[in-house]
Amino acid sequence: MMEWETVIGLEIHAQLATQSKIFSGASTAYGAEPNTQACAIDLGMPGVLPVLNREAARMAVMLGLAIGADVAQRSVFARKNYFYPDLPKGYQISQYELPVVQKGQLTIDLEDGSSKVIGITRAHLEEDAGKSLHEDFHGLSGIDLNRAGTPLLEIVSEPDLRSAKEAVAYMKKLHQMVVYLGICDGNMQEGSFRCDANISVRRKGDPKFGTRAEIKNLNSFRFVERAIEFEIERQIDLIEAGGKVVQETRLYDPDKGETRSMRGKEEANDYRYFPDPDLLPLVLDDEFIAAARASLPELPDAKKQRFMTQYGLSSYDAGVLTTSRELGDYYEATVAALGGEPKLCANWVMGDFAAFLNKENRDIAQSPVSAAQLAGLLRRIQDQTISGKIAKEVFEALWAGESDADAIIEKRGLKQITDTSAIEKVIDDVIAANPEQLAQYRAGKDKLFGFFVGQVMKLSKGKANPQQVNELLAEKLKG
Amino acid sequence: MNSHLPAAMHDKTLTELSAGLAAGAFSSEELTRVFLARIEQFNPGLNAFITVTAEAALAQARAADARRQRGEAGPLTGVPIAHKDIFCTNGVRTSCGSRMLDRFIAPYDATVVEKLNAAGVVMLGKTNMDEFAMGSSNETSFYGPVRNPWDLDAVPGGSSGGSAAAVAARLVPGATGTDTGGSIRQPAALCGITGLKPTYGRVSRWGMIAYASSLDQGGPMARTAEDCALLLGAMAGFDLRDSTSVDRPVPDYVALLDRPLAGLKIGLPKEYFGEGLDSEVARVVEAAIAEYRKLGAETVEISLPNSQLAVPAYYVIAPAECSSNLARFDGVRYGHRCENPKDLLDLYTRSRAEGFGAEVTRRILVGTFALSAGYYDAYYLKAQQIRRLISDDFRRAFEQVDVIAGPTSPTVAFNLGEKVDDPITMYLSDIYTIAVNLAGLPGLSLPVGFVGQRPVGLQLIGHYFAEDRLLNVAHRYQQVTDWHRRAPAAFA
Repeated sequence: MMEWETVIGLEIHAQLATQSKIFSGASTAYGAEPNTQACAIDLGMPGVLPVLNREAARMAVMLGLAIGADVAQRSVFARKNYFYPDLPKGYQISQYELPVVQKGQLTIDLEDGSSKVIGITRAHLEEDAGKSLHEDFHGLSGIDLNRAGTPLLEIVSEPDLRSAKEAVAYMKKLHQMVVYLGICDGNMQEGSFRCDANISVRRKGDPKFGTRAEIKNLNSFRFVERAIEFEIERQIDLIEAGGKVVQETRLYDPDKGETRSMRGKEEANDYRYFPDPDLLPLVLDDEFIAAARASLPELPDAKKQRFMTQYGLSSYDAGVLTTSRELGDYYEATVAALGGEPKLCANWVMGDFAAFLNKENRDIAQSPVSAAQLAGLLRRIQDQTISGKIAKEVFEALWAGESDADAIIEKRGLKQITDTSAIEKVIDDVIAANPEQLAQYRAGKDKLFGFFVGQVMKLSKGKANPQQVNELLAEKLKG
Repeated sequence: MNSHLPAAMHDKTLTELSAGLAAGAFSSEELTRVFLARIEQFNPGLNAFITVTAEAALAQARAADARRQRGEAGPLTGVPIAHKDIFCTNGVRTSCGSRMLDRFIAPYDATVVEKLNAAGVVMLGKTNMDEFAMGSSNETSFYGPVRNPWDLDAVPGGSSGGSAAAVAARLVPGATGTDTGGSIRQPAALCGITGLKPTYGRVSRWGMIAYASSLDQGGPMARTAEDCALLLGAMAGFDLRDSTSVDRPVPDYVALLDRPLAGLKIGLPKEYFGEGLDSEVARVVEAAIAEYRKLGAETVEISLPNSQLAVPAYYVIAPAECSSNLARFDGVRYGHRCENPKDLLDLYTRSRAEGFGAEVTRRILVGTFALSAGYYDAYYLKAQQIRRLISDDFRRAFEQVDVIAGPTSPTVAFNLGEKVDDPITMYLSDIYTIAVNLAGLPGLSLPVGFVGQRPVGLQLIGHYFAEDRLLNVAHRYQQVTDWHRRAPAAFA
């Protein structure tokens, strides 16, 4: 493998989160009964005409600005002509020579901590096709046109990626970006974010690109990684055995873990692109672009940097906390409500809070514990009212619906014992109850310190302040 | 039929009928019955109608009469018209002259239909046309050719041959047509009526089945410019559903008909009076131009140097767009589907081979070729560049003149069957009309005489959105001549 280099480019189709379709007023909502969300325009009835959804254009511009690209103030819709039953008009309205976005970039973080800039050649608007369902019907195919006309943004990277890992990092970064911008819900199972990968190999040092194969419709990060890895090996094995890579489209079979040729379905299609005469060129004035720019949220990289400087967080922690806008906002609201302690907040948000969300498969929006409530809990750790361990019990109670930390602590009597004489009393009782261990400890078995700590905590029902226990116990055990 | 009705009601112009309805001389129901009876009597010999909607028409007529009783009538309320079968009419078959849509019932109304309905017209039926608007003689229709009322052995012109014949034979006082390369103007000329193709974007294309999207326009066909002014006023206007529709107020075309022509500069392109023009047609056209001089207009010889490129450019662009527009007719969702398809490819190939006629097939193949990899630059792109040259010719001409005039067609109506086997000769019937579509300009044809029994039309071309000027120029001529009043003997 040392003598080979892989060249990968990704084409990603992101469904834009508009209410209605890109060229008609029909709904884009997922999951409706087949063919209930396809109006005359989506069905390609005779005499219908497309009208562009302004929101789709705005969302495309948002992405262009976020990736530092050139936003074309004049772009043109083109027809891509081919026959397939899920393409009602016999052509897809797309953009060809003059796309709305060109020449952007995205910085990805590699596993070794370094970062790499990946070029984005272009992004253009187009309409999605319907769905073909082959399994549910005997000897027939079912066509559901609900999806026909949903707006897509096709984002094409430069062939700058050099490994499956880089490809996945890029895909994840782009996924995070479109969700951050609010232009795509990123739901890969529902087909909101789809990836085609173009892969070729060449001997190290060879300036020319090798022949590439395209793998279509990869809809999970894991599949992308595996499909690319398989394909790289396949191509290398093929060439080393004296064969040639054929330029073709392949599909990934996740059950077998291999890619398969799709040849026969898309035999050298000539799409006969030409500008769509039913649509005017998309002209975006300075005002439109300025308004889009003004509506950009703080982007992930900027937010991460700010978290590092403003809250003194490590790169890793800042990265986790800015995975999504919602998580970042929740974290910041917690710190604000607490009035400080960014590290404590970070630990809890990344730890218990995230764990509970994941366990119940909830989004932050569905969290039963608000940032204010969490801050209330953390305040009691901060002021030593309770220990970190007890706090976990309180958090569970908050999650179950109880209203605030103070009420829970009060009701369950969870206050930390900080009274020195009270703690001493417990220690005395424990020492008295365990003479053997005392003797062993004093004889040199230091490990037993933990045993005594455990006993003290048990006897005090976990409420003794751990720091004080350590200090006082050390004293008393010395004798 | 009521004996109190004015004699030869069918011979009245649309404007006269509108006035008669307003004056209470007759009801819309009576009027509708007159025309339905004429259709029943004469249509079999002409084949101008594909669908006649008698029951619905009478219901519309009664509703129009009721509106009039309530004082809610406008100038088009209760006036019978017909729609070219290219306009979607809700609940009524819309065939586009093709087997492919022989049983297609449109699920919605075209904007043109909606607007004329709102104005209160009574639709008598859908008129015959060349298949998918591709033709210049109405001989490519699945429903058989239409005959010219002036000479039943002759073609009426195309593709709006049914509408032209229906109006000329007095089966209906006005009708809608569409024009992509001359399909309103040329049949209007061959049938001795008045027809207008508006500026591209003036009339909405929503619901007008597309042939060549950058060239198609819907427009009125009737016996006089005045009639056309009335119809156009209702048909025109901005439509949000058509992205190529132009947001520009619609003038009161009728009010602007009477402006005097003194000082009007009429350009006569030398390219339109040269080789290819029948000498008898030339003579009639020149007489008409002389009439314009008498009305106070000044004629100026101009040149449109790229004229000879118009037909070749059109026959690349229009087929290219049509090859894409007709891809939706695939037997999957609506329209003709072959029986017992073996697989997808069989479904597509047989449904389309069975559904489309020879001329449509020819143009789809030409268009597919012109767009294909390796040929796009040489054909489609080049044709679009030529289009710009042609537009520029007109732009320069309109710096010197107000309107451009010339023959609408190089010949009068030819015989049925004469050119069907010679597509190129057939295409050259549109030699004077096609450039107007390429430039997107408005054009009108009005009757100015005959060669033997067959009518001759004069074409007027105006600057963008100068429909009012064209109608005015035609109307002034019609005030001092009577070609537009002549009726074919068999239908008088």
